[in-house]
Amino acid sequence: MSLNIFPIVHKEFRQIRRDKRTLAVLLFIPALMLFLFGYALNFDIKHTATAVYDEDNSAVSRDFIQQFFRNEYFDYTYCLNSKSEINNLVDGGSVKMVLVIPKKFSDHLAHGENTPVQIIIDGSNSNTGSVLVGYVNMIIQQYSMNVLAETFARQGGKMIAAPIDYEPRVWYNPELKSAKFLVPGLIAFILMVTAVISTALAVVRERELGTMEQIMVSPVKPVELILGKTIPYTVISLIATVMILILGAILFDVTIKGSVLLLALVTIIFLIGALGMGLFISTIAETQQVAFMIAVLATMLPTFILSGFVFPIRNMPWIIQVITYIIPARYFLVALRAIVLKGVGISAFWEQLLYMVAFAALMLTVSSIRLKKILS
Amino acid sequence: MFGISFIAPILQLIVLGYAASLDVSNMPMVVCDMDHSAASRDLVDHFTSTGYFSIKGYVERHTEIDSWLDDGHASIAIVIPKNFERNLNNGKQAPLQVIADGTETSSASIGFSYASMIVMQYSQNILMESLLKHGQQIIAAQVSPEVRVWYNPDLKSRNFMVPGVLGLLLMVMTMILTSLAIVKEKELGTLEQLVVTPIRPYQLIIGKLAPFFVIGIVDVLLVVAAAAVVFSLPVKGGVLLLIGLSILFLMTTLGLGLFISTISHTQQQAMMTAIFFFMFPMMFFSGFVFPIENMPVLIQYVSVLVPLRYYFVIVRGLFLKGVGMAMLWPQAVALLVFGLVILSLSVARFQKRIG
Repeated sequence: MSLNIFPIVHKEFRQIRRDKRTLAVLLFIPALMLFLFGYALNFDIKHTATAVYDEDNSAVSRDFIQQFFRNEYFDYTYCLNSKSEINNLVDGGSVKMVLVIPKKFSDHLAHGENTPVQIIIDGSNSNTGSVLVGYVNMIIQQYSMNVLAETFARQGGKMIAAPIDYEPRVWYNPELKSAKFLVPGLIAFILMVTAVISTALAVVRERELGTMEQIMVSPVKPVELILGKTIPYTVISLIATVMILILGAILFDVTIKGSVLLLALVTIIFLIGALGMGLFISTIAETQQVAFMIAVLATMLPTFILSGFVFPIRNMPWIIQVITYIIPARYFLVALRAIVLKGVGISAFWEQLLYMVAFAALMLTVSSIRLKKILS
Repeated sequence: MFGISFIAPILQLIVLGYAASLDVSNMPMVVCDMDHSAASRDLVDHFTSTGYFSIKGYVERHTEIDSWLDDGHASIAIVIPKNFERNLNNGKQAPLQVIADGTETSSASIGFSYASMIVMQYSQNILMESLLKHGQQIIAAQVSPEVRVWYNPDLKSRNFMVPGVLGLLLMVMTMILTSLAIVKEKELGTLEQLVVTPIRPYQLIIGKLAPFFVIGIVDVLLVVAAAAVVFSLPVKGGVLLLIGLSILFLMTTLGLGLFISTISHTQQQAMMTAIFFFMFPMMFFSGFVFPIENMPVLIQYVSVLVPLRYYFVIVRGLFLKGVGMAMLWPQAVALLVFGLVILSLSVARFQKRIG
């Protein structure tokens, strides 16, 4: 049997090697994406363009406004002279936030009356919007606390400190760098997309070009065909994984905290599942176009959105959470993050590993049954 | 193929609309309350009553927290040391620790800002109470934030995502399928047959592009209907304007599809080129998920070349803000220019290759 695998492997490799662009894509795009994710794409919300309309225009209101621009969250972009300017600025997207200080702001404060401040936030990007709401509430609450403490001190009380000494701590990723969160996700994403799409086309192409008949009359068995078709893409995907890991360590300090051997094992199991899925798509599609569409729809967006790569699964409605259980990348991601970021052992993710083994077995079985049908 | 072109968009829209959310609620929390006092329980209540956190378990020792965070059963932990209540009553500062799992960066920072808000609120209450208890008459004003969120008052992710999905779907359906359809004829050798027939090159191009143009328009209508019915998100700025501007966007995607077909020899190559050199960069540099204004300046310049970026401003403007051409004309002009340039460029390349 092994005698028949090598010619197919050899042929696939040759085909990949001749197609320089595909090879380049498979090897270098992962590195490029890592670079982009690390440097360009993040959810950190800083330097939000802010307009201020200060109807009070007093020393107190200016001091209050100053509180917002002492950190890097907000940038003082516009100073408004009338309320009518607000609509255009926010509609056009020139500012994401408007701060409106009412008349008599300082008078109210001086007399110990509560005073409202109006804040308009552009909520069209819900994530940015909720972070901004959080920042604003925090800054204003801090300001109120200070006013309270100062008033108390002025009335002869001794200076008081905040009653609770609040100490926030972040584990695993202390600087909360997006890159650390995204590197493991990126590995899963790229492996899934390249492995499934490239194998999905492998069998269909032979059918569409009519070369499948030639293979059928040759003494190649289905198992040999499958292995021969998948081994080259496995090798390429593994090289891409290693490149991502090396670059992640060099550029973003994402070193593998856990066992490298375990990482390799988990990656290979996931890859077998992904390649099996690609083969399966390949056997149900009639043309490369259809195979491609199914592969894209089944891998790209689901892996990007339903695996927990970017969006936390637990926030999804339960029905969508149920769907995420059939996304193999979901399990791979848990295992990857556990090994790379947390450095924990197999006991923390054995359930995920079990599922991945089951998925790989299922995909290989189903696709070899289908392939047998096609070949006979 | 027919089914994929029309059913997939709706499925994706619904799944993505509900799933693509960075909202933080019910963050799983583990509580390490070593004080077991009324004050500590009160503080924990403050955390749970907001709906942002939900308690998954209690532990007695600090060391037990490790396993909860390690295996991901909790993503935030709150540690209340002994003598918490006594310290508060005696006017001493009481330490309090909150630990978050930083692997999910975005959730962790949002969770932190909620946590510090809750703690600050709690501190303020205690301060006020203790002043009252000591008979101090203190009149101190409070500034109350009146936050108004425009366009998306409940800050729902889906309102942001659904219009975005429209742009993404149109790009996948039109750009990639167009390039595949043309390269397929090349690969199977049927393009030569078409060239020797009396069909003129421009007729061939129009004939090849037209079906995908129709698919694109039908997809727009499907998404508009689904957005209104499923997500109660009507097009505030008018459906006609949306269709008109979508036609401009389709010009760019069809043009890019044609362009990709002129630089590819096999369908596999066309697909790889379309996905990795066009789709990924466009998806990530257009502001679909990651805000453009957070990117480094250099990348922001690159994003100027991404037509999807303009289309996102248009769909979000029309769906959420309800603005009209008065606000959207710069984007419309950008799409028009981009569309004309890329269409004429690729038509020229295509004619040269088959001529």
